[in-house]
Amino acid sequence: MISNSRHPGTKAIGKTEPRWVRALLIAATLLFLGIFLLLPLVVVFTEAFKKGLDVYLESIREPDAAAAIRLTLIAAGIAVPLNLIFGVAAAWAIAKFQFPGKSLLITLIDLPFSVSPVISGLVYVLLFGLQGWLGSWLAERDIKIIFAVPGIVLATIFVTFPFVARELIPLMQSQGSEEEEAARTLGAGGWQTFWRVTVPNIKWGLLYGVILCNARAMGEFGAVSVVSGHIRGVTNTIPLHAEILYNEYNSAAAFAMASLLTLLTLVTIALKALIDWKSRIEVREAPQQALTEGLV
Amino acid sequence: MTHAFRQHSILPGFGLAMGFTVFYLSLIVLIPLGAAFLKTLTMGWTQFWETVSGPRALASYRLSIGASLVAASINSALGLLTAWVLVRYEFPGKRIVDALVDLPFALPTAVAGITLTALFAGNGWVGSWLEPLGIKIAFTWLGVVVALTFIGLPFVVRTVQPVLQELDPEIEEAAATLGASRWQSLKRVVFPELLPAVLTGFALAFARAVGEYGSVIFISGNMPMKTEITPLLIVTKLSQYDYSGATALAVATLAMSFVLLLFINLIQWWSRARYA
Repeated sequence: MISNSRHPGTKAIGKTEPRWVRALLIAATLLFLGIFLLLPLVVVFTEAFKKGLDVYLESIREPDAAAAIRLTLIAAGIAVPLNLIFGVAAAWAIAKFQFPGKSLLITLIDLPFSVSPVISGLVYVLLFGLQGWLGSWLAERDIKIIFAVPGIVLATIFVTFPFVARELIPLMQSQGSEEEEAARTLGAGGWQTFWRVTVPNIKWGLLYGVILCNARAMGEFGAVSVVSGHIRGVTNTIPLHAEILYNEYNSAAAFAMASLLTLLTLVTIALKALIDWKSRIEVREAPQQALTEGLV
Repeated sequence: MTHAFRQHSILPGFGLAMGFTVFYLSLIVLIPLGAAFLKTLTMGWTQFWETVSGPRALASYRLSIGASLVAASINSALGLLTAWVLVRYEFPGKRIVDALVDLPFALPTAVAGITLTALFAGNGWVGSWLEPLGIKIAFTWLGVVVALTFIGLPFVVRTVQPVLQELDPEIEEAAATLGASRWQSLKRVVFPELLPAVLTGFALAFARAVGEYGSVIFISGNMPMKTEITPLLIVTKLSQYDYSGATALAVATLAMSFVLLLFINLIQWWSRARYA
């Protein structure tokens, strides 16, 4: 089964490693990935179902858990579309036009990636918290942002901010703008050009950015933990609820919550692999298609 | 006005797209981050310095930076191995293994935290093997290293993989033809080509590890001066309503992150200059 991928069947001395070295390296890799990636996946589900299916279903249906699931869906439901619109706008401006300060703008968009999640939450506490810049102004008007749902939504937006933009900017830069310019020259309107030419070209990158953004939005822990205040049934997302249950030594219920997020992760990874595969096929088929169309 | 600012283009929408980008970026990222920095300016230098150089803070930097360095090093070595095996060899289930490498990117950190704790605790599947050998992982600094290794695992693999795929096999063939042994051609020809990618992956994994919170706090045990990471110390100060203390530590951490970001850019600039 083990063979050099570039030269199947050939035994070129000096171009690949001896058979036993290859087997050893593959075994070492699989052992490492097995312990660090596969075992954790198995642990999540065995721990979640340790007390049986009834306990599992009960811990998901219980009101506080249901509230946590609802809040997670709300936060992701607001954060993902906003960051999607932002990502497309930023990529359009950066990839299709030349202007000074472009690389600074890209660095600034990346900022939330290089900031600790704890600090992402902290900046909103400093802005909207009771001792923060706007704290007393908000308190007078009885508006709660920190230790309430708006803070959780804001923190989620912050940590997932760059995902779509980061995926689209290099993609749209590599595609250039000849196709859009051709569409414009042929009389297409601005939005028409965008929907008919740009969107079909970037659809896989777009989808990819959205699913990663969504996975992070639903699973974010550090940033939302700082702004949430951990009020059961009110400001707990799924990961925060799992933490509370875990600290109460209710391990089966904690892992039941974790198993929901793990399922989401597995779907995300599977979709990512599918998108990789689909887009590679399209890239491979595109020149052939152009060729046959040219012949007809 | 926009026509003077940008080069002329027949494509529409620059004003709208750019305007929204800058507005949203300022609202969500720049103004809140700026406000946090301004907050430290109001606290005065002596108070700032006392907070960021206190014994508990220093112990937390030592752990955060030390464990991150160890984890990023493990990730560099094993990430290079993983990338090599995934690009160069064929084995059953390779595509699943390849997809699984992204798991730490997508798995919520809290899930990683409780799962690794269950796995490496004294009664866990892995921990119960190591305990008789006198190796304790959960609730020691080794647990922090394990969590950070998990979190940083994809970085080196995903930076090295594309470079290795692009590497022309002819240069290895040339080295072999000229009489180099396999090990010589790997050491002299292949590894130098991969070095910039490994360094970038190392820096990315390290940067991520220094700020990591969710996956670490469950497995570390959180003993002050011993297994308390800097992000946890920030959260502890916040929960005691010590806003200025938390902010001071956050600014110290942010400064470290920016130095790292600069370092990453320098590596990329260096490797581009080298291959241009």
